[in-house]
Amino acid sequence: MTETAELSFVRRYVFSTDHKVIGKQFLFTAMGFFTLGGILALLMRTQLAWPWQEIPVIGKLLFGSGGNILPPETYPALVTMHGTIMIFFFIIPILSGALGNFLIPLMIGAKDMAFPRLNMFSYWVMVPAFLIMLAGFFVATGPAAAGWTSYVPLSILKDAIPGSEMGQTLWVLSMMLVGTSSILGAINYITTIVMLRAPGMDMFRLPMTIWALFITAILATFATPVLTAALILMFLDRTIGTLFFAAGEGQVILWQHLFWFYSHPAVYIMILPAMGVASDIISTFSRKPLFGYKPMVYSMMAIAALGFTVWGHHMFVSGMNPLLGLTFMTSTMLIALPSAIKTFNWLGTLWGGNLQLRAPMLNALAFVSTFVIGGLSGIFSAATPVDIFLHDTYWIVGHIHYVLFGGSLFGVFAGVQYWFPKMFGRMMSDRWGRIHFILTFVTFNLIFLPMFVLGSYGMPRRIADPYQYEMFSNLQGLNQFMTYALYVLALSQFILAGNFFYSLFRGKVASKNPWKANTLEWTLDSPPPHENFEHTPTVYRGPYEYSSPLVSADWLAQDQYLDGAKPPEAIPAPAVSPAAGD
Amino acid sequence: MGGLVPGLSTIAAPIDQLFMVVLIITGIAFFLVEGVLIYFLVRYRYREGRKAKFVHGNRRVEILWTVVPGLMLFGLAVFQYDTWTKAKIDFPSEAVSEVVAVTANQFEWKATYAGEDGQLGTEDDIVAPINILHFPIGRPVIVELQSTDVLHSFFIPVLRVKQDVVPGRPSRVWFEAIGEGEYELACAELCGLGHYRMRAFVTLETQEKFEAWLEEVAARR
Repeated sequence: MTETAELSFVRRYVFSTDHKVIGKQFLFTAMGFFTLGGILALLMRTQLAWPWQEIPVIGKLLFGSGGNILPPETYPALVTMHGTIMIFFFIIPILSGALGNFLIPLMIGAKDMAFPRLNMFSYWVMVPAFLIMLAGFFVATGPAAAGWTSYVPLSILKDAIPGSEMGQTLWVLSMMLVGTSSILGAINYITTIVMLRAPGMDMFRLPMTIWALFITAILATFATPVLTAALILMFLDRTIGTLFFAAGEGQVILWQHLFWFYSHPAVYIMILPAMGVASDIISTFSRKPLFGYKPMVYSMMAIAALGFTVWGHHMFVSGMNPLLGLTFMTSTMLIALPSAIKTFNWLGTLWGGNLQLRAPMLNALAFVSTFVIGGLSGIFSAATPVDIFLHDTYWIVGHIHYVLFGGSLFGVFAGVQYWFPKMFGRMMSDRWGRIHFILTFVTFNLIFLPMFVLGSYGMPRRIADPYQYEMFSNLQGLNQFMTYALYVLALSQFILAGNFFYSLFRGKVASKNPWKANTLEWTLDSPPPHENFEHTPTVYRGPYEYSSPLVSADWLAQDQYLDGAKPPEAIPAPAVSPAAGD
Repeated sequence: MGGLVPGLSTIAAPIDQLFMVVLIITGIAFFLVEGVLIYFLVRYRYREGRKAKFVHGNRRVEILWTVVPGLMLFGLAVFQYDTWTKAKIDFPSEAVSEVVAVTANQFEWKATYAGEDGQLGTEDDIVAPINILHFPIGRPVIVELQSTDVLHSFFIPVLRVKQDVVPGRPSRVWFEAIGEGEYELACAELCGLGHYRMRAFVTLETQEKFEAWLEEVAARR
């Protein structure tokens, strides 16, 4: 189609239906929110290191009226907004929104998503969500402050905390839109992956990233509506005075059930795509087939299925019937198994490989090594008796950050650097990538490993000044150490940002396939043209045929025809061309 | 990192023991996985011209590393049932226990003890000063928790006790302290801007001292 040239700037870059542009829109927005979430973390950790001290420079800017000191009502707001922003406006949008949108059509050999306009809508419905959430910072009573979990009744009683005035209403509205975007995106991903695969691209020839995004989309489709329903009930409770979650007349604990019925699967929504990305990158840079392709797929399916049966492990001491604790403990222990299987298969992939330790690979390996800590530390809190002590302490904060920072974020670092050449047609500097990696990896562990020590002392999370307590007063030195480590980590991110933006304009021009990888996106120009494939490719093999004896090179593209290859069984062609809606 | 802070209740020993069991098992898994990872990184580092093994997997090792950890994890879950049952399901009888009512509200704890009639909710109940809790050692204590506003959580690290306090839905928790001393209670559920200072002072003491304290509080009223 030649109409690309005729599209106006606005249609091409703003209200675009091109999955690649939408992916980049998600990428840049998510990077902005990563910065904001990081700033909130810096304020939080500064308070934890030196509670109620004047904050130099920034303190005057933000809290000038209060003597440059963080006001007590601000700390819960920081906690709440850091969690909300990092989870809903950074990790999920950058994994599913940015990588999902950009990669799905390219990796399955399609011209675009099944529903391009729905796809555009799934980004643009996020924009009011962004604005409404940000507006919380500017209302007089401040943003939501009842935790990212927004437990009732704190989040409903307007006089319980300043953030439960206007801020919480904005939070609820924004989250409803986020959920809507998630559901729309997920339906699109599922349809696209089921319907628009190129001939020969059997389900078991899909790259692991696509499998992960596919299973994630199924999770999002089933889990998100529950959260959205709960948010509507909360909205009604807050505005017209219904009593769904009210103490006495309603059910306080019901909110927790509904919230975690979504938010536990959401943890897998945040980690599965990173697992897929890590699998692809580790195989590519090991120059070796992924070990145990099918067990890897079945593990993700098991994680998704079991993921719906473990939400109660967030509620062992909530007042939920303790008998339920036993069943939730058992299912939670068992969900560790598929993660363990995946870890062993990643090790199996490295075994006997020829490992190229480039920046994306290093980040993918960091994913594996820190995800192990995230997973293993979860076993402690899965054990109900031990969780009595660990619940709501820094143990949990350490655990979740090993999963979401150590896991998801290193997965993001890996994925963005790996696909950067395909997205922007230029290479990022590998040397600066490695420097960024080393600094981030070391400081990350210096911040989050000590959290397990804090947890073993019972230091609760969301406490603005732990040293009020004599029993935690000896922990200030450790907290200061962690805060210094965070400062270094935060500064290190300028290296990543510098590398990213410099390379965007000045990086070495990328070839079609700079990593010598097998999957379909690398058969296209960098960046690929509008509608991607001029001719629909034919797929002859799985995505991981590295070092195959059939060829002399150490890679073998999925669409490369070798003499004697069987023609793929015909996949029914989609009834309508995906881009026909343009 | 030598386990949790010392505990002072009958449930502390089994909980800490389970913690150590999990620590040892996960510790072995941790060093095994990270050790193998580092070994592979060195052993299989990039060499020009070397071709990687062309292997797609191995059914036998897949079965091995599915079944072994699966059984261990399932065993670990079953292994915890007794302690959980003891901590949260099997309460001691009220007849042999000291029953205390604790009310939480933003941002304080208020303990009410039974007076001479041994019954809570009667005229002669003894209300302790705000944020002061005394418990006898050597016999079970049942705490009946109530909140008048939002969620709080009754957390006494040294006793290995944590229970959310839910408005409109009374909950209970029990423990038996085995040592004397002065400790702290921390609210462990975000409850508002004063959450960080919602602490109480917990005194664990012998039955005699406990009774003497109760009398003193009653007399002051």
